[in-house]
Amino acid sequence: MAMDHDKTNGFKVVGTRPNRPDGVDKVTGRAKFGADAYAPGMLHAAIVRSPHAHARILSIDTSKAEALSSVKAVVTRADFAEGLTGENWNILENVMAGDTALYDGHAVAAVAATTPLAARDAAKLIKVEYEPMPHVTDVDKAMAADAPIIRAGAADSSVPSGLHANVVRYHESGHGDVATGFDEADVVIEDSFKTEATHQGYIEPHACLAQLGPDGKGEVWCCTQGHFNVQKVCAALLGTDSSQLRVTASEIGGGFGGKTVVFIEPVALALSRKASRSVKLVMSRSEVFRATGPTASTSMDIKIGMTREGRITAAEGIFRLQGGAFPGAPMEFTAMCAFAPYDLNNVRQIGYDVLSNRPKQAAYRAPGSPMAAFAVESVVDELCKKLGLDPLEVRLMNASKEGTKASYGPRFDRIGLVETLEAARDHPHYSAPLAEGQGRGVSCGFWFNHGGETSVSLALSEDGTAALSVGTPDIGGSRAALGQMVAEELGIPYEKIRTTIADTATLGYNEISHGSRVTYASGLAAIKASRDAVQKLCARAAAKWGIDEEAVVWEDGYAKPSGPNAGSFEPISLAEIASTMGQTGGPIAGHFEATPEGAGVSFATHIVDAEVDDETGQTKVVRYTVVQDAGKAIHPTYVEGQFQGGAAQGIGWALNEEYIYGEDGRLQNSIFLDYRIPVASDLPMIDTVIVEVPNPGHPYGVRGVGETSICPPLAAIANAVSNAAGVRLKHLPMSPPRIREALDQQANG
Amino acid sequence: MQYHTPGSFDDAVELAANAEGITRFLAGGTDVLVQLRADIVTPDILIDVKKIAGVRDITREDGGWRIGVAVSGAEMSEHPLLQKEWPGVVEAMDLIGSTQVQGRATLVGNLCNGSPAADSVPAMIAAGAWVSVIGPDGTRKVPVEDIPTGPGQTSLAKGELINAVHLPERGANGGDAYLRFIPRTEMDIAVVGCAVNLRLDGDKISEARVVLGAVAPTVLLVEDAAAAIIGSTLDEAALEILAAAASAACNPIDDKRGTIKFRTHVAGVLAKRAAKIAYERAGASV
Repeated sequence: MAMDHDKTNGFKVVGTRPNRPDGVDKVTGRAKFGADAYAPGMLHAAIVRSPHAHARILSIDTSKAEALSSVKAVVTRADFAEGLTGENWNILENVMAGDTALYDGHAVAAVAATTPLAARDAAKLIKVEYEPMPHVTDVDKAMAADAPIIRAGAADSSVPSGLHANVVRYHESGHGDVATGFDEADVVIEDSFKTEATHQGYIEPHACLAQLGPDGKGEVWCCTQGHFNVQKVCAALLGTDSSQLRVTASEIGGGFGGKTVVFIEPVALALSRKASRSVKLVMSRSEVFRATGPTASTSMDIKIGMTREGRITAAEGIFRLQGGAFPGAPMEFTAMCAFAPYDLNNVRQIGYDVLSNRPKQAAYRAPGSPMAAFAVESVVDELCKKLGLDPLEVRLMNASKEGTKASYGPRFDRIGLVETLEAARDHPHYSAPLAEGQGRGVSCGFWFNHGGETSVSLALSEDGTAALSVGTPDIGGSRAALGQMVAEELGIPYEKIRTTIADTATLGYNEISHGSRVTYASGLAAIKASRDAVQKLCARAAAKWGIDEEAVVWEDGYAKPSGPNAGSFEPISLAEIASTMGQTGGPIAGHFEATPEGAGVSFATHIVDAEVDDETGQTKVVRYTVVQDAGKAIHPTYVEGQFQGGAAQGIGWALNEEYIYGEDGRLQNSIFLDYRIPVASDLPMIDTVIVEVPNPGHPYGVRGVGETSICPPLAAIANAVSNAAGVRLKHLPMSPPRIREALDQQANG
Repeated sequence: MQYHTPGSFDDAVELAANAEGITRFLAGGTDVLVQLRADIVTPDILIDVKKIAGVRDITREDGGWRIGVAVSGAEMSEHPLLQKEWPGVVEAMDLIGSTQVQGRATLVGNLCNGSPAADSVPAMIAAGAWVSVIGPDGTRKVPVEDIPTGPGQTSLAKGELINAVHLPERGANGGDAYLRFIPRTEMDIAVVGCAVNLRLDGDKISEARVVLGAVAPTVLLVEDAAAAIIGSTLDEAALEILAAAASAACNPIDDKRGTIKFRTHVAGVLAKRAAKIAYERAGASV
C-alpha cells in the first residue's frame, strides 16, 4: 500500500474552521500563563538593573539586602557557570552582566525574597558602584571612527580589515555584474533609509517558576517559544545536565520571536539553587522593554536601475544593523531577503552587524526582512513613479518564479509570488477610487520559512480517541491545525483529538517555534506519526483477518481489504481496533522524528490606502488588503489571523513604534503609553486573500504563514503615505513630527 | 504607609495638616496608584476622600454646576445636561484613559497631578471654572488656572485639598470645545491640547478664552489668541491670527512625545479647529 503519498485535494477536515481548542480556557481565565504557576514555599525574585548605557561595574555590595530576614538568596555573575564560549557566553553575559554593564537595563544582580514587595525593596538595597564609560546607541554613529569600542575583539573572520571594531560580522552575496547592469538602465535611483528598533510588544511579560536542587535536578515552568532551548541553555549557564532539567511551556501571551531566547529562567534557577526553594520571576513591562530583545535598527543604502519598460537591470543594497551589545543582528537575512521578489541578472548585497549600547536584539517576525522591503520597495515605487508605470505590473514583470536564481543564491522551487501579484491586481481594492488626501501603496515581501528538528508522538486510546504530543509551543493556532491534520489522516473527528505541548522529558529535541515552522514541520511530523499509527492499525486488522498487511487499506477511519483479491471482510473502525489493542499486540502509538528541510519560501503582496493630515502629519490607515501564499491553509481562520497580525504589527512599526534613547543612552519610553503600538481603533478591518500554491516539501503543501505577513507593510504604508503626503518618507517610524518635517523641508525646497 | 478614609473634609484637612512625609489624596487613584506601583512616588500617608458624603455628586449651583471631587469621567459623560451645557469640558475629561479608567478618573485628580498635558485642565480653564479649596484656615475660591505651578506642582498649601470644581452658568449663545493631538486614536497622552470657549453676539464672537496644554510647564491661558477672534465671525483671517497667536505663546520641550517645532505648529492647527467647533456649538445653541 502507498502510505507516503502527498495529498492535495479531497480533504475532509483540512481547510475547515473548527473551534480553537484553547478558546474556552482563554476566555474563562482557566488558561495558565507564565505567571500563573505557584509552588509551596516559593520565593519571589527581583533583578537589579544598570541605570547606565555603558559602565564598568566596580563593586556590588549585597550585604544590606542579605541582612533582611525576608531575603533568602542574592546572585551575581559569580553564581553562574564559568568558561562558557560562543553564543552561550553571549547569553550569559546578557542574562547577568560580568565586569561591564553594556546597556540601560542590563541585569547586574538578583534577589529572592518571601514576597514580591520584599524582593523589590531588597533589590534597592543592593549597592552597585559604576564607572560610566562613553556609549553609542545609533548604528551609523557606532560605525564611525570616533565611536567607543563596545567589546574589543568581538569581530569574527568575516569582517574585512579597516572597519570599526564595533562591526562584528559582515555578509556579501549576489550574482552578475551590477556595474554593467546599471549601465543598461534608463533610470537609476539611489537613496538611503533608516528604521528604528521596535519591540515585538507581546502582551504577556516574561515569567517563570523555577526550582533547582543541589543534586542538579530541576524544573522550570515558563512562557517561551521553545522550552527545549530553555532546557539546553539553562543547563549550560548553570553547569548542570540537560536531561536533569525538565522544562514545561506555559500558555503564551504572544512571542513573535521575542520569546525564542532566554532572559530570566537561568536567574530564577540560580536563585533557587542558592535558596533551596522554588523561585518565581515575573518581569515588569518596563523590564521587558529595557532588557529583552527588540529588533535591530537599520541604516540602508539602495541603488536600483530600470529600463523605460520597467525591467530591473541591476540592484544593490548596503544594510547596516545594530542589534545591541552582542553579535547577532540579522543583517544577512536583511541582505538576502531584500531583492528576493525580483528575478535579477545583476544583484549585490552587503550586510554589517554592528554593536551598540542597547539590549541584545531578538528575533522579531521574519527578522531583518521587513526593513529590507521598506528600503527596496520604496525605491522600486519611486522608479515606477518616475517612469509612469503601474507598480504591480512592474513587480509582475520582474517577479521571481519557479526556476529563478534567487538574489541570495539558490534556484526557487515552486513559489506563489506571481499568483499573489495577480490576485492583488484583480482585487477590487486595487482599482477602488481614493478620497482627497489619500494615497495607495503596494509592496511585496519575502520570507524563507524553516523546518528544524522535530519530534512528535501520537497515542491512541482504547475509546478510539487520540492524543498528539508536540514540542513546539502553540503561538499561532498550531494545536488546531495539527489536530486537523491528524484527523484527516486517521479519519476520526477533529474533536476526538487532543494536542498537547509536551514537556522536555516527553519527546526528542524540538527546535523553537520560530521560522514559521510549526504548522509545516510539526504538521509534517504529525502526518507521518499518524501514518505510522495507521500502519500499525492496518497490521492489527491484517492479523485478525489472516491476510498480508499490504492487503489492508485505511479509509475514513476504517481498515478495509484493499480489493476483492484481499478477501471479503467487514471494515474495522479505529475504535474497534483500539478497544482490543492491549490483547492484539499492545498499545498503538505513532512517532516521527526528523529535521524536515522542505519548508517552502513564502511571498506576499499588500495593498494599503493611507490618509495623511498634512497640518498635523497624522496618518490613518483607511484600507488594507493582505494577499499571501499559504501553500495550503489548514485552518483558514488562523491563517487569516496571521495575515492580519503581521499587517497590524507592521502598521505600528511603520507609523509610531520606536525605541527612543536619550543623550544619556537611556531608554526614554519603556512603557506602552510612550511606546506606541496600535490600539484597536487605530486599525481598519484588514482584508485577507489566501493564495494556495502548494509547497512540494510538505505532504499537504503547507508553507509557513506567520512571518511573511510583516514583510510588506512597512514599505506598502511608506508608499501609501508618500503618495498621500506628496513627499517620500525615508525614516521609520513615519511619526507625525517626521511627516511634518518632511513636508516643511519640501516646502522650503 | 498609612491609609485613611476620613468621613469629612475637616477630618481630611486635619490628617493632611498633621501629616509627616509625603502625603497624597486618593480619589480615582488613576495617577496615584500607578505612580505607587511604578515606584515613582511612595506616599507615607494616603488619604482616601471617597468616603466623604457628596463627593460623587454633580449638582446645580447658581445656574452652573458643582462637580464633587470624586465624580468620575464616566459619570460626567453620562450626565445629559452637563454634557449639553459644557460639551468641551465633558469631552476633554472623556478623552482620558480607557473605559475602565473613565470609571475612576476625576477632574480634580487630573488637575492636582500637575501635568501640563492634562486633558481636562485646558477645558476647565477655558470654561472659567474655579475650585473650592479647603484647608486649616477655611475655604477659598481659586480659579483653575491658579492651581498648577509647574510639572507635578500645585499652589495648594500643606493641609489643603480641593473639594469640588465649579462651572459657571453657561448662558446664551456659548460654546466650548477641546481637541488634543495624539499619534493614535485613543489611550494616549496629549502632545498638544487646546480648549476654546466663546460666546456669540449674532454671528460675531463677543467673548472668548483660548487655552493650550502640553506646550509649556503649565497650561496656558492665551489672551492674544482670544483677542484674535473676539469681534470676528471666525473668518479665515481671524483664524490665521488665532493660529499665529497660539503658536507664539508656546514654550514647549523636545521630548519623546514631540518636538518643539511640531508642538508649536500643531498648537496653531488645533486652536483653529477647536475654535470652529466651539463657534458651531455656540451658534447651534442660539
